[in-house]
Amino acid sequence: MSDDATRPTLTLGTVLFNWPADRLRDFYARIADEAPVERVCVGEAVCSKRLPFYDEVLPDIVERLKASGKTVILSSLMLPTLPRERAMIDGLVATDGVLVEGNDISTFSKLAGKPHAIGPFINVYNEGTLAFLEKQGAVHVALPPEMPLTAMAALAPHAKTATLEAWAFGRAPLAISARCYHARIHGVSKDSCQFVCNQDLDGLPVDTLEGRPFLAVNGVQTLSDAYVNLIGDLRGLCARGIGSFRLSPHTCDMVAVAQAFRDVLDGACDPAEGERRIAALLPQARFANGFVHGKPGHQRIAVAAE
Amino acid sequence: MTAATLASPAPAANTPAPRPWTKKLELVCPAGTPAAMRAAIEAGADSVYCGFADETNARNFPGLNFSPTEMADAIAYAHKRNVKVLVAVNTFPRAGSPGSWHKAIDTIAAAGGDAAIVADIGLLDYACEKHPKLRLHLSVQAAAASADSIRYYVERFGVKRVVLPRVLTVAEIAALNKEIPCETEVFVFGGLCVMAEGRCSLSSYATGCSPNMNGVCSPPSHVAYHQEGGAFSSRLGEFLINKVPAGVPMPYPTLCKGRFTANGETSHIFEDPASLDASLLIPPLAEAGVTALKIEGRQRSRSYTDAVVRALRAAVDAHARGKPIDSRALMSLSEGATTTRGAYQKTWR
Amino acid sequence: MSSQSATVPELPAALSLGLRPLPLAPLSMALKILVRSAVHRHPAMFARLGDQAGKRFVIDPTDLPFVVVMTPRLDDPEIEAVRRGEEPAADARIAGPLAGLVGLVHGNYDGDALFFSRDLSVEGDMSAVVALRNALDDAEIDLVAEAAAVLGPLANPAERVGRIAAGVAERITGIAFARTRSEP
Repeated sequence: MSDDATRPTLTLGTVLFNWPADRLRDFYARIADEAPVERVCVGEAVCSKRLPFYDEVLPDIVERLKASGKTVILSSLMLPTLPRERAMIDGLVATDGVLVEGNDISTFSKLAGKPHAIGPFINVYNEGTLAFLEKQGAVHVALPPEMPLTAMAALAPHAKTATLEAWAFGRAPLAISARCYHARIHGVSKDSCQFVCNQDLDGLPVDTLEGRPFLAVNGVQTLSDAYVNLIGDLRGLCARGIGSFRLSPHTCDMVAVAQAFRDVLDGACDPAEGERRIAALLPQARFANGFVHGKPGHQRIAVAAE
Repeated sequence: MTAATLASPAPAANTPAPRPWTKKLELVCPAGTPAAMRAAIEAGADSVYCGFADETNARNFPGLNFSPTEMADAIAYAHKRNVKVLVAVNTFPRAGSPGSWHKAIDTIAAAGGDAAIVADIGLLDYACEKHPKLRLHLSVQAAAASADSIRYYVERFGVKRVVLPRVLTVAEIAALNKEIPCETEVFVFGGLCVMAEGRCSLSSYATGCSPNMNGVCSPPSHVAYHQEGGAFSSRLGEFLINKVPAGVPMPYPTLCKGRFTANGETSHIFEDPASLDASLLIPPLAEAGVTALKIEGRQRSRSYTDAVVRALRAAVDAHARGKPIDSRALMSLSEGATTTRGAYQKTWR
Repeated sequence: MSSQSATVPELPAALSLGLRPLPLAPLSMALKILVRSAVHRHPAMFARLGDQAGKRFVIDPTDLPFVVVMTPRLDDPEIEAVRRGEEPAADARIAGPLAGLVGLVHGNYDGDALFFSRDLSVEGDMSAVVALRNALDDAEIDLVAEAAAVLGPLANPAERVGRIAAGVAERITGIAFARTRSEP
């Protein structure tokens, strides 16, 4: 186990949505200055077509975060197929002073042999896979968001060098496709999508025919409507060997989200108070923690006081 | 019966390699039960694929699949008829209890299965360590969509064939085949996953049952149909997936084929309840260097298996003889009676 | 085998009406004998049902005046014909014209296709329905052979007679009471 195991850490996941460059720059500047997180992920995981809009601000973002003492993780694309998408990993591994997070197996030939992170979009469900990836150099492994606590508890004792991370806050990424749903909903083709996904900074809501909120579309990605929120489950997760928690950026006050998680992890705030603080930051949102309890992911299971 | 070879025969030293599009494609057919397997073989399968009746395979439906004894019998039966048996162990082993997944691999090796179809890295590692002679195919559940991923699996685990995710165009498949040192198998007919498989938790979100962990998507245990007034509705868990007027055909409520509302409009947001039919694309797929064509549908009846395999056998044979392909026989077999060529054509995206 | 035709023949109305006044006790008795025999002939089919074997199914041939209620347990199978509307609560109900139900048993029809076209309707526990469908599909049942098997030593001659009778019945009703065989 690494040192992290003794003091649980927080990772800010990469922004999954199509945010404009100035918003990204401001967002990460504030994270660098104020957010109590140890690691910050940066980079395009969802759609390579968005990258040209902000790649020129990325170096500044990375430097700013490094200067503030954060560990910077560069996240790779989830589903690279085009030659230029496959080449993106080369740029990531050529960057000094960062950890690269593979979100697709195609990155493995470039990542193997050096310390790297495994993102939540690679299937690490069991000790056989974990052992193989650790041998390859994985030092930080984000587990699939659908993984139940029982499986995490069974997996954690097998982690030798890697810190295991749970998806702790934000809409759960549920699927990735070659098809762009934002474009499909707007009646435009993927190739001339007009970047319509930039209208939905937290994703485009998808409701059932009864009007019940269900999912959220983010270009080629589908997420949950509900915001995963494990702030009430943190103590149980830590006790079972989870060493890090991922907070996925939304337009709400992420510094305040991170502070609430930090305070609960530090015992400065009890889980119920943590729940109230998160709820106050997102008055319209529905929260869920079904996945960690081995239940349908959309459910919210009340956590008994421990 | 055609006997397409799994291993490419070594070309004679002084003969030029055959033009790729004259090579006969291998038809890989679904076998949800021993009876469906016999029907597929009778109807002209080159290979059949099947799985054990537990969480180790991604079609873990009640009443379906093979016990270890049935599997051994099925392999013997198929081999007598010169048909290969490819066994899917393509879910992700549960942390702390990978035993049944390991046992599944051991059983295939012991029974002489022609290949194991695997998705999980840890399980591939186990299989190539413990059974170096067992041929490994990379399941579509591994979602290996690029040459870099595929080469990695070939180099690390000796994978001989990859089942390509349903996200690539024919042109991309052709480019891919030039870059990778293994065979490719592509879906030609049947249900169409619109999401990259093995990377989808939609079912898990609605029902708690996951394709990756439990081998089921939109499982029947969570399906409910209701006749309410003049409308017929289908639900998955708590979520309404579709509602149609009485008398209108109602497809099974697979989550991603449902009708939902976004931006004020109601539609099949993810995919129409259409079935993949790439039979007319057999010539370009062959030209793209594909080795095998896979028919989806292990959860369907032997009557369906028989009809689809016969139609595709005819299509593959027609192609091999340089004759045009008649796709009409397949039309009536499609769920929803509409078909799509899916991601094979770029406009699908 | 036939294709996935959405048009399943219905029993002629006159025949259906004519069956209405008949008592159901002899039919229930015949079904019981048939199912007990099937348990011995097709143990794998009952095993295939797994946990679902303990569920109670209502099989509703919509063109007949009665329904069949069954619990297909391997050790203690129950089956009974009862008048429609008088059946007990069940876990699942499968309804459709007799020809569709018989065709499903024989594997001549695809259940998904019949359901999609609404020739077949299913209600209740879908796991039970799917398990039953899959188990039946694997068993390659032939109702004439099942009926003949009940007669023990007379099975072979009875099956020959049965096939002729089934052929006659098929011409009258349009329903294939014997399984079409494609294998040698």
